Amino acid sequence: MFKILEKDNLAPQVFRYVVEAPEIANKAEAGQFVIIRIDETGERIPITICDANRKSGTLTFFVQAVGKTSIEMSLMQVGDSILDVVGPLGNQSEIERFGTVVLVGGGFGIAAIHPIAQALSNTGNKTISILGARTKELILLENEMKNVSSEVRIATDDGSYGSKGFVTDILKEMIQNNVVIDRVISIGPLVMMKAVADLTRQYEIPTFASLNPIMIDGTGMCGACRVTVGNEMKFACVDGPEFDAHQVDFEGLLNRLGSYLPEEKESKERYLKETPAPCQLEPVSNI
Amino acid sequence: MTDTKNQKLGNKIPRTSALEQDPEERSKNFQEVCLGYTPAMAQLEASRCLLCKKPKCVLGCPVRVAIPDFIKLVSEGDFIGAARKVKEANSLPAVTGRVCPQEDQCEKHCVVGLKGEPVAIGKLERFVADYERVHGKEALEKVADPTGKKIAIVGAGPAGLSAAADLAKRGHEVVIFEALHKPGGVLFYGIPEFRLPKEILEAELDYLERLGIKIKVNYVIGKIKTLDELMKEDNFDAVFIGTGAGLPYFLDIPGENLNGVYSANEFLTRVNLMHAWEFPVFDTPVHAHKIVAVVGGGNTALDAARTALRLPTVEKVKLIYRRSRDELPARIEEVEHAEAEGIEFHYLVSPVAIKGENGWTTSIQCVQMELGEPDESGRRHAHAKEDSEVFIETDAVVIALGSGVNPLISKSSSELKTDSKGHIEVADPDVNLTSKKGVFAGGDIVTGAATVISAMGAGRKAAKGIHDYVMSLTK
Ligand SMILES: Cc1cc2nc3c(=O)[nH]c(=O)nc-3n(C[C@H](O)[C@H](O)[C@H](O)COP(=O)(O)OP(=O)(O)OC[C@H]3O[C@@H](n4cnc5c(N)ncnc54)[C@H](O)[C@@H]3O)c2cc1C
Ligand code: SF4
Ligand code: FES
Repeated sequence: MFKILEKDNLAPQVFRYVVEAPEIANKAEAGQFVIIRIDETGERIPITICDANRKSGTLTFFVQAVGKTSIEMSLMQVGDSILDVVGPLGNQSEIERFGTVVLVGGGFGIAAIHPIAQALSNTGNKTISILGARTKELILLENEMKNVSSEVRIATDDGSYGSKGFVTDILKEMIQNNVVIDRVISIGPLVMMKAVADLTRQYEIPTFASLNPIMIDGTGMCGACRVTVGNEMKFACVDGPEFDAHQVDFEGLLNRLGSYLPEEKESKERYLKETPAPCQLEPVSNI
Repeated sequence: MTDTKNQKLGNKIPRTSALEQDPEERSKNFQEVCLGYTPAMAQLEASRCLLCKKPKCVLGCPVRVAIPDFIKLVSEGDFIGAARKVKEANSLPAVTGRVCPQEDQCEKHCVVGLKGEPVAIGKLERFVADYERVHGKEALEKVADPTGKKIAIVGAGPAGLSAAADLAKRGHEVVIFEALHKPGGVLFYGIPEFRLPKEILEAELDYLERLGIKIKVNYVIGKIKTLDELMKEDNFDAVFIGTGAGLPYFLDIPGENLNGVYSANEFLTRVNLMHAWEFPVFDTPVHAHKIVAVVGGGNTALDAARTALRLPTVEKVKLIYRRSRDELPARIEEVEHAEAEGIEFHYLVSPVAIKGENGWTTSIQCVQMELGEPDESGRRHAHAKEDSEVFIETDAVVIALGSGVNPLISKSSSELKTDSKGHIEVADPDVNLTSKKGVFAGGDIVTGAATVISAMGAGRKAAKGIHDYVMSLTK
């Protein structure tokens, strides 16, 4: 059992948890994830580790309440325990002195990109962060990102904050203004990561994306998380989660991510019906 | 009732068939198919054994169960005594009695089988184990005095569990680290309920815990801890690796990323480990398919096919195999059960592409195969006929072509030697010692996908090696 020590609601439907897991915290590195199962009838879902504090023996992660399990999670309180947390899984982000690294974080993906920005900035890279979301209140961790970036740029779809438009507009403008970029890392909705990859491919800027396919075991045993990268089959849980974004078959991944949408919907509706007034949740697509 | 004691009837009476759930009925439920023997049936079958002085059957058993000795006890009605006899060599008889391919092992060598049907050794083993579980008194085997040595077991499959049991009985402190949230390995996530009820596995696990073994789930060794950390920081004197062959092979043909395509591991894990058949009470679903095609012919393929058949929305299950019925590697009992349940067998066809519409599977494109003459190993090679394309309609494809080994652990320790396919090499095969000091290995991780009993045999062998090794250490 893994006890929830802190919980905050950072944005509509976005929750931050600090969970007691000393052995995992002791090993976790930027870019890795855990798989959690909240109770005996629960499903196994992968969740990015956003911070691991070796001293306090805690992990920080973010959950966006969009499906049955994440809504259930959003109702858990400080003091409650998660049944299973397994990890750290996947490979850590490549952290080296690359020069100038642009970190593109989309919506909920900002939480996942923060530890990578931190590690890169600690290693002496110039880190430029581009954060995007639908609207102002969904821009997470702006201050935290500022602390680990030499520059933070923001784009919102509705123009309620930063510039109106997409993160790729900002990235494109930077490239056209001859900002030298040695590497791009993007984490966020698939369409965003694909758009970033399509843009940087033209300029041959090495670009990495952190993929989030459906997973079960997280140890390479089931193959549910397979993605095509450079015409080869890769298992995101053991070969990833970060891959060369120019090689990723995003369309294939998008299709596979949709494979359980009807069941997920059924499960969520049934849960919401049976659970007395959990909270006013609106549907949000995370892919 | 006739006296069955030591009659040595051999083929004078026919082999006793076990009770089974009706095929029509069972193809819609997940309850166990084979219901086993009653005491009278077991005694009757035991009376067929010739109680050979030099029993051939024992040579066919990878862990050398004292077969005639236990069968004699069955014929005498001492079922508990018989179970204890089996357990001297085999710590999970209720499991192996259900899943061993006896027709290739003990029963293949039984002399009664020369001129008729062999003694039903497997069914007798199962009977005594079940009888003891229900009627036996809490007779825990004697555990030796504590030795003060600590041993880590990585992987709670049959190899790890049998090594753990032997080591605990010798007085060592044993901790098992398992990656998944449930112990059992393939016995839990792979072999389905209707062939091996979870309740039986749980009773066996319970027994291990009563021997004092600690099982820690959710520990992926190589990630949360390396082998060196286990030995240096956590003070384990030795480690046994039994992590199995868990890496699924795919076909490497176009269309494998379509929705509706699964590895057998994924399909079975969804259903067995995650209870997808009880969706939405359990959160993990398996899509509501109507037709499921399974590619392969081994136990895994048959388990996947029969599991699919039991899902509420599935109307038809097709098994696609590139050779003919005679070459099917699965246990014959499973093949017969699958046939009776109405699985459609498509022989001599081999997939070349999976076709789909809107991202979902609609059919498998196959070529027809022909069998050549048997080669030296006796295996008949299959080759494709020219211009022999066929399309098999389906909305799901489960790929059951076997599996390779998971490289997680060997990647995390450079001293551990592996062969070109990633199997851990054993430097001393008598005790399953690896190239790394204090680290032993056994089961599918060493041999590649094999059998439950051979994994258990390897676990026992390593346990002996580990015992000698840790006792020679001066602390
Ligand atoms: C569907 C199916 C049906 C089968 N049917 C039969 C049958 O009828 N009869 C028969 O004899 N054999 C059968 N087999 C084969 C048999 O199950 C295997 O040969 C046997 O289970 C191997 O045992 P093992 O202990 O080596 O590995 P496994 O049973 O694979 O167990 C390995 C365990 O290690 C864990 N693990 C892996 N990596 C790590 C890590 N890094 N850290 C911690 N834990 C880890 C895994 O989660 C797993 O629990 C079948 C196999 C399958 C897949
Ligand atoms: S070979 Fe057959 S008859 Fe002989 S002891 Fe074994 S089971 Fe009995
Ligand atoms: S989640 Fe099962 S192989 Fe990656």
